[in-house]
Amino acid sequence: MAMKFRTLKRHFKEGLKNSWRNSWMTLASVAAVTTTLILVAVFLALVLNLNYIASGLEEDVQIKVLVDQTANEEEIEELGEALDGLDNVESVVFSSRDEELQDLMTSMGEQGEAWGLFEQDNPLNDAFVVTAEEPQDTVAIADVIIEDFDYVDRVNYGQDVVQNLFTFNNYARIVGAVLIVALVFTAIFLISNTIKITIIARRKEIEIMKLVGATNWFIRWPFFVEGLLLGILGSILPIAVLFTGYYYIDQNMGAVNQFDFIQLLPFTPFVWQLAGLILLIGAVIGVWGSVMSVRKFLKV
Amino acid sequence: MIEMQQVKKTYPNGVTALNGIDINIDPGEFVYLVGQSGAGKSTFIKLIFREEMASSGQIRVNNKDLLEMKWRDVPLLRREIGVVYQDFKLLPKMTVYENVAFALEVVEESPRQIRKRVMEVLDQVGLKNKARFIPDELSGGEQQRVAIARAMANYPKLLIADEPTGNLDPDTSWEIMKILEEINGTGTTIIMATHSKEIVNTIKRRVIAIEGGLIVRDQHRGEYGYEV
Repeated sequence: MAMKFRTLKRHFKEGLKNSWRNSWMTLASVAAVTTTLILVAVFLALVLNLNYIASGLEEDVQIKVLVDQTANEEEIEELGEALDGLDNVESVVFSSRDEELQDLMTSMGEQGEAWGLFEQDNPLNDAFVVTAEEPQDTVAIADVIIEDFDYVDRVNYGQDVVQNLFTFNNYARIVGAVLIVALVFTAIFLISNTIKITIIARRKEIEIMKLVGATNWFIRWPFFVEGLLLGILGSILPIAVLFTGYYYIDQNMGAVNQFDFIQLLPFTPFVWQLAGLILLIGAVIGVWGSVMSVRKFLKV
Repeated sequence: MIEMQQVKKTYPNGVTALNGIDINIDPGEFVYLVGQSGAGKSTFIKLIFREEMASSGQIRVNNKDLLEMKWRDVPLLRREIGVVYQDFKLLPKMTVYENVAFALEVVEESPRQIRKRVMEVLDQVGLKNKARFIPDELSGGEQQRVAIARAMANYPKLLIADEPTGNLDPDTSWEIMKILEEINGTGTTIIMATHSKEIVNTIKRRVIAIEGGLIVRDQHRGEYGYEV
């Protein structure tokens, strides 16, 4: 049913009037939404960043195939070709034992110089660095290499770090999701209860509206507007907290970040998107809570 | 206007309020509904504007089948029926004008139409000069007249009055009856539930007596009473 603009205006006016008339109730509802959304914002920022960090690390995962020291040059070459022939492998790069030692020394800085002693008698292996097309295939490829290839001493792919991170991330995601859902429902419940109190006062009005032939939507609309208003008001503070908090962390991350592999999601567009999402969740909570609370009173 | 065939109503708690009602009310009629409290008058009235649904039987109001009717069409039915109660059911914070305008806002009339129609019906019930008052500032009879004005605002073809004089003194009751008769004179069908023997026996109209969920008497120009 198309609604006349005049009627829409009336619904907005009624909704605003009711929120104003019950300002204490409005305040209580807004506080409930605010608390919920602050927690939701923090959890979302945390979980999404963990996700981002994990997938960043995932991209970097490479398999280092350490070649058996007894292998001769021909055999090494053979191994290289065989690795190249594997399915789902993006690249295979050879790194000689001398290069490996250099890398090691560089990565250890001053202490690394001590390793210079080994330059004459390098204990390291020649290596192939294998990158999978899809990071998820890394473990499977590494297994194949260990099982089926000759002249392979060991295979390294940082399995522990990657595995732990994935596990942690999964837990964080589940715990975060459960908490967010629980919080959202609590807020909906609080709002619907708050609005229910104001509805009891308006019960007679609803009854009379029904008697004179108001449609259920006509009655519901002002409550819809009221819920929307509560949700939007409730998301203002959380969004402000999100902006300032994320800005602060983003600015100071560089200073404390000794692990440059940890990269947070960039402020723009991430914070804007999350702010939009928070506003949306707030609106949905408000509208759902208020529309739910009228339902029972419409059955006349 | 109203056709009922073998209408029964049993409430979820097991109480049978109506136990096989057959009735035909033509357009333009004025009908008194009499019977003891608990006889089934209120249920009869509630069935007509679908505040309650019949358990079985057939009800047609203004050529609409109420048992087949979809939920979303119920408001449209109610716009064709005006209802007046013993306790007026006015909104205390609104003025007389707003109380009446309310019924027209709900059906999305234009503001100009609303202004025009509200003054019209207030004039009809003789309260044009009290449009700015709130219900508490009016006498009981005046409040009931506001309720009648509200019920008439949508040009209903049927006006249901559930003991409209139940809370009023005799003189005021006659005033209300005069207004109802005028409305009936313009062709509006009126069904009025009442306990007033005096009114029924003075202004003689069709009397339908309900007792124990059944119609025990249906008499044109009848007298008050619900004995068989």
